[in-house]
Amino acid sequence: MYVLIVGAGKVGWNLARELINKSHEVTVIESDQSRYAVVEQELEHSAQYGDGSELWVLERAGIERADLVVAVTGDDEDNILISQVAREKYGVVRVVARCNNPRNLQHFELLGVKPVISATDLILRLIEHEVPKYGLVHLLDLPEERLEIIELEVAHGSEAAGQAVKSLGLPDGSLVISILRDGGGFVPTGDSVVEAGDEVLLVLDVGLETSVTERFADHSGAAI
Amino acid sequence: MFVLIVGCGRVGSAIAHSMLAEGHEVSVLDEDAEAIALLERGQTAGWEERGGRFTEGTALEIDALLAAGIEQADAFVASTDGDNTNLVIAQIAKRRFEVERVVVRVLDPARARWYAEQGLQTVCPTQTAIELLEAAVRGQIRFEGVSG
Repeated sequence: MYVLIVGAGKVGWNLARELINKSHEVTVIESDQSRYAVVEQELEHSAQYGDGSELWVLERAGIERADLVVAVTGDDEDNILISQVAREKYGVVRVVARCNNPRNLQHFELLGVKPVISATDLILRLIEHEVPKYGLVHLLDLPEERLEIIELEVAHGSEAAGQAVKSLGLPDGSLVISILRDGGGFVPTGDSVVEAGDEVLLVLDVGLETSVTERFADHSGAAI
Repeated sequence: MFVLIVGCGRVGSAIAHSMLAEGHEVSVLDEDAEAIALLERGQTAGWEERGGRFTEGTALEIDALLAAGIEQADAFVASTDGDNTNLVIAQIAKRRFEVERVVVRVLDPARARWYAEQGLQTVCPTQTAIELLEAAVRGQIRFEGVSG
C-alpha cells in the first residue's frame, strides 16, 4: 500500500515509521525546514520537503497513485483542504484527517471529510468514561444513522429503580439493550427489573438523551 | 446589502471602505483587534461611528462568524492571509449559511483554479499580476503609475 502522510509532527512521523515497519511504501511531507531536516535523517527518501497544501507538492509526492492519504498537520484548515483535494481532485479513495480543535469537527463533516480523528475528543471520551457525569457514558455515536448507544447508572431514588423494563415509561425511539449487574450482563425482557446500582445500556435516537437520562437520575429530592 | 468581510488586511479593509462609502452595511471580522486601525487610517471619525461593524475573532469559529452577522449576510468576502482558511470559510458561508454571493481571495493560482472549477468564485491576485505583467512585457498594454 502506498501511504502519503502530510505533516511530520509527532503523529505523522511515528505513523510513517510504523507503516514503513509494516512494509508499506510511505512518503511524509513536511513544510518546516528544520523539522524536515530532523525527520529526513531517519526516514531518508521517504521524507519530502514542501507545503502539502500546494497541489504540485502533492503531485510530486505521487498523490494520484496513493492508496491512502493521511492529513495530520497542526492546522485544521490545511487538513480539511488536503483531504478535500485528495478525494475530489485526485480520486484518493481512503483519506484520514486529524482534527486538532474539536470545535472544528463540524467543518470537516460539512465538507465531507471523514473519517476524522480528534485526539482531544478521544481523550475527552476516555475521561467521560472514567469520570462519568451523572453516570452517563457515550459508548457509540452513529451520527449518520442518527442513533447513539449510552450507558447509564441507575441511581438510588430514581424513577427507574425497582421498575420492570416495560414499566420504565421510556420514550419511543429508545430501547434497553443490556443490564449490567455484579460484574455480569444480560439482555433483558420486558419483565426484567432494573435495580438501583445497575448499569443499563440503551440505544436511542439522537435528541432523546435528556428525557431518558432523567428517569435514571436521583429525583428523591434530597437537596445537597 | 449586508457585506461580511473576513480578514482585515490591505485587501479586506479597502473593500470594507468602498462598500461602506457606497451605503452598504459592512461587518468586518479579524483575529487581531488592532486591525480596526486599518479601517480608521486617514479618517476623522471611527469605523463604528461611521456605521461599520467590527468583530474580533477567528475565522473558523462559528461563534465569531455568527457574532459578525453571517446569517444576515448577502455577500461574503474571504480575505484572510491564508489560502486554506479562505477556501474553508468560503465553503462554510456557502453551504452552511447559504450566503448568496461568496467571493474568496486565493493567492495560489493552482488552488484558485481548481476551486473555481468546483463552483467557488475565486479571485487570484497572483494570476492577475502574471497576466498584466506578461501583457506589459509584450507591449500589449502600457500603464502610467500603478495598474491593477
